[in-house]
Amino acid sequence: MNGQPNMLSQEARARIDREVAKYPTDQKQSAVMAALRIAQEEQGWLSNAAIESVASHLDMPAIAAFEVASFYNMYDLRPIGKYKLTVCTNLPCALSGGVHAAEYLKRKLGIDLNETTPDGKFTLKEGECMGACGDAPVMLVNNVQMRCFMTPDEIDKLLAECK
Amino acid sequence: MLELEIDGKALQVKEGSTVIDAAHQAGIYIPHFCYHKKLSIAANCRMCLVQVEKAPKPLPACATPVTNGMKVFTHSDLAIKAQKGVMEFLLINHPLDCPICDQGGECQLQDLAVGYGSSSSRYQEEKRVVVNKNLGPLISTDMTRCINCTRCVRFTQEIAGEMELGQAFRGDRAEIMPFIEKTVDSELSGNIIDLCPVGALTAKPFRFAARTWELARRKSISPHDGLGGNLVVQVKHDKVLRVLPLENEHLNECWLSDKDRFSYEGLNSPDRLTKPLIKQGGAWKEVEWNQALDYVAHAMRDIVKEHGPDAVGAIVSPHGTLEEMYLAGKLMRGLGSDNIDCRLRQSDFSGRRAGTPWLGMKIAEINKLDRVLVVCSFLRKDHPLIAQRLRQAVKRGAQVSVIHAADEDLLMKLAGKIIAAPSQLPDRLAQITKAVAELKGATCDLSVAVGAEARKIAESLVSGQNAAILLGNLAQQHARASTLNALTQQLAGYLGGRFGFLGEAANSVGGYVAKAVPAGDGLDASRMLTEPRKAYLVIGAEPELDCADGVRATNALTRADSVIVLSPFKSAAALAYADAILPVAPFAETSGSFVNTEGRVQSFQAVNRPLGETRPGWKVLRVLGNLLKLDGFDFASSEAVRDEALGGGAGKPEFAGDLDNIIADVAIDLSPGGGIERVADVPIYFADALVRRAPSLQKTKDAVTPAARMNAATLAKFGVKAGEQLKVSGGGTPATLVAALDVGLPDDCLRLAAGHATTAAVGAMSGAMTVEKA
Repeated sequence: MNGQPNMLSQEARARIDREVAKYPTDQKQSAVMAALRIAQEEQGWLSNAAIESVASHLDMPAIAAFEVASFYNMYDLRPIGKYKLTVCTNLPCALSGGVHAAEYLKRKLGIDLNETTPDGKFTLKEGECMGACGDAPVMLVNNVQMRCFMTPDEIDKLLAECK
Repeated sequence: MLELEIDGKALQVKEGSTVIDAAHQAGIYIPHFCYHKKLSIAANCRMCLVQVEKAPKPLPACATPVTNGMKVFTHSDLAIKAQKGVMEFLLINHPLDCPICDQGGECQLQDLAVGYGSSSSRYQEEKRVVVNKNLGPLISTDMTRCINCTRCVRFTQEIAGEMELGQAFRGDRAEIMPFIEKTVDSELSGNIIDLCPVGALTAKPFRFAARTWELARRKSISPHDGLGGNLVVQVKHDKVLRVLPLENEHLNECWLSDKDRFSYEGLNSPDRLTKPLIKQGGAWKEVEWNQALDYVAHAMRDIVKEHGPDAVGAIVSPHGTLEEMYLAGKLMRGLGSDNIDCRLRQSDFSGRRAGTPWLGMKIAEINKLDRVLVVCSFLRKDHPLIAQRLRQAVKRGAQVSVIHAADEDLLMKLAGKIIAAPSQLPDRLAQITKAVAELKGATCDLSVAVGAEARKIAESLVSGQNAAILLGNLAQQHARASTLNALTQQLAGYLGGRFGFLGEAANSVGGYVAKAVPAGDGLDASRMLTEPRKAYLVIGAEPELDCADGVRATNALTRADSVIVLSPFKSAAALAYADAILPVAPFAETSGSFVNTEGRVQSFQAVNRPLGETRPGWKVLRVLGNLLKLDGFDFASSEAVRDEALGGGAGKPEFAGDLDNIIADVAIDLSPGGGIERVADVPIYFADALVRRAPSLQKTKDAVTPAARMNAATLAKFGVKAGEQLKVSGGGTPATLVAALDVGLPDDCLRLAAGHATTAAVGAMSGAMTVEKA
């Protein structure tokens, strides 16, 4: 926006442009959620500079992109570990052990919610309903992989898988 | 028309009205926070919930369109329960720190809590705390008080044109903030203080200065730009502590520019004079008024006797009142001199004017234009609220094009844009004129080759029904201003549209009306300095900063035998060249009138007692006229002066007469210039003596020390990089300035702001510059 170089790679920008093409030409900012996701995938997390780059690429005010990035909890506004575990603690999950699952993870990893282990391997997050209440407790790994019926045994298995 | 009933009252409203519009029409108050008539509808505070017959739930009045036969109840049990419920929720996280809040006493939340809230809270848990944000030197934040109505966000987005604030995070964590570590830098930013219904955004310069109920509220008129914004000036103990807008749909609507709002700080400047000063034997001495006036009368009489009346010249600030201007003119002509001018930054006075140049239309008509060409204007900074009106017009589909010497972001979509060096602007404007003539099938004797961008602008202009061309400050200050005027006149003729001048100062039009310009063959502002006079009367102006060529002004004033300054302020420059300085009242301490850019005559009373022995300017000039034994200086009031200035009839006309932009006998000069040309803007907070002394405005980003700005090619030409030192001169003393990159400038142009001490000695506002690496 203010003359700073865009920090997104050529490839990321091309991917964003593909999203932009889905909307009317005068409404580029409709692609902001996809663009932020692409930026996060590339950068690992959404720094202010990354958000500003997305905003300038979409001709929208930086604060408007920040509003979106800060609204949705799958966007990370701080660096995260190699594995981000998001535990659903909404009511249905909580009734079926979601809170216990979170407590177990906290104990096991030695960190609190929104924290990262000192070795940079795990970040623990609290999530909102993932639409699979029947499979509670549920967890998301790195925003993309959903894990169901997360009893302590299953959690141990998951942690062992994360190398 | 739709029929509905509100609280049993039947009424008719226009199609598309909302329930809250209808209620206001019927005089029924519905409590609200986020709704604002000038902003988009958000419906997020829920305070305006009302009961609508057949609707199962209460509905927000601000977002519910009226349907035929609707029955609305604003005070039914259901509505009151809903409103009380909302109020309880709003107060859950509100700190209730009213005793230490600047908004206390004028707070919508406070008022509505009394009207709709309970007397005690059921909430026992911890309240949330929101970290304050630094929004710059004008706006103070207490974000914990925020109720997230988003009025400020919508204002920056919709009215100011740039979304500088947003609502980040969500739910109970939502907070209003600028993008990380940014401040709110809009020239209209102060309006979000008025919009904020709670004490989250308050005025920083006013912080903890007074409780609102201690302040006297008095009407006044802004002395700055040509808009003539209506003010409510708030005074306590003879000190102006705050300025708010007085709503006037014709002019400022419910807004004020930051310049109008915060310049009052200059009224309390340490530079204010409290007693007349006379230089005796090289030393300044405070004297009594009669002594000072005697001295001035003698000095003027002596000069006239010795050198003739033509040896005296009057330099009058266009920010002075009509009455001061008129009496200054009358005084000069009584002495036998026609050397008086208030067009201080103008340098081309050629051509014959048919009348008083003005906007050419009403300000409110700007919103209705559908095609506009803005010629040479730093529009946002020179005319913040006129820019805002154009912005609204663009949103409604108007096409605005620009021809200018600097590519400024007007925060609106442009249909066409020509950016060229100042000397090439007449040629470019001629191209547009010629292109329009061709499209209209008219004959045009201009011999220019029409470029693609000029044709594009012409096509945009001819495609509308209601076109206008607005000449900005730079067009009036241009070295070939008359050529630009004549071309515009021709262009408007082909278009069948209107054209006019965006008045630079509060009384630019008033200066003509009051005859503070040469009436016959007197010397204009420029010639008065190129052909130095023996004595000068300087009224309200600081010629070293306010004239087209500050260097020439300083030289002429320094060499004169006598310089009489009438000003509220002392300055180092005036102390050097003057021999008498008389403290006259600024706008807040005198009655008077301004004639704004649309010719509207607005009179005002003093809001405050003059500081120390300061006297209203019109009274000082009246006494001077009497001491000089001139006829017709027996005015009993400023109203009597005004009535005479406006042509004799008693009572104030709404508009001044004789408004006419037509110019004749102009030798059209389209030749290109050469060398490095200066592009001089007058930054918004350096434009007049008062605003230059307003400390908070001087801390804003618009008031940074001017840099020598050039585009990349021009910088490379001199082998300098941005941030390095440059030696710059334009006829005066070379100044060493920091070079800066400005991608919006044409080649071979140096943008160097005027009105600032660091650039005043450089030379004229237009013309060739020499640049070298320091």
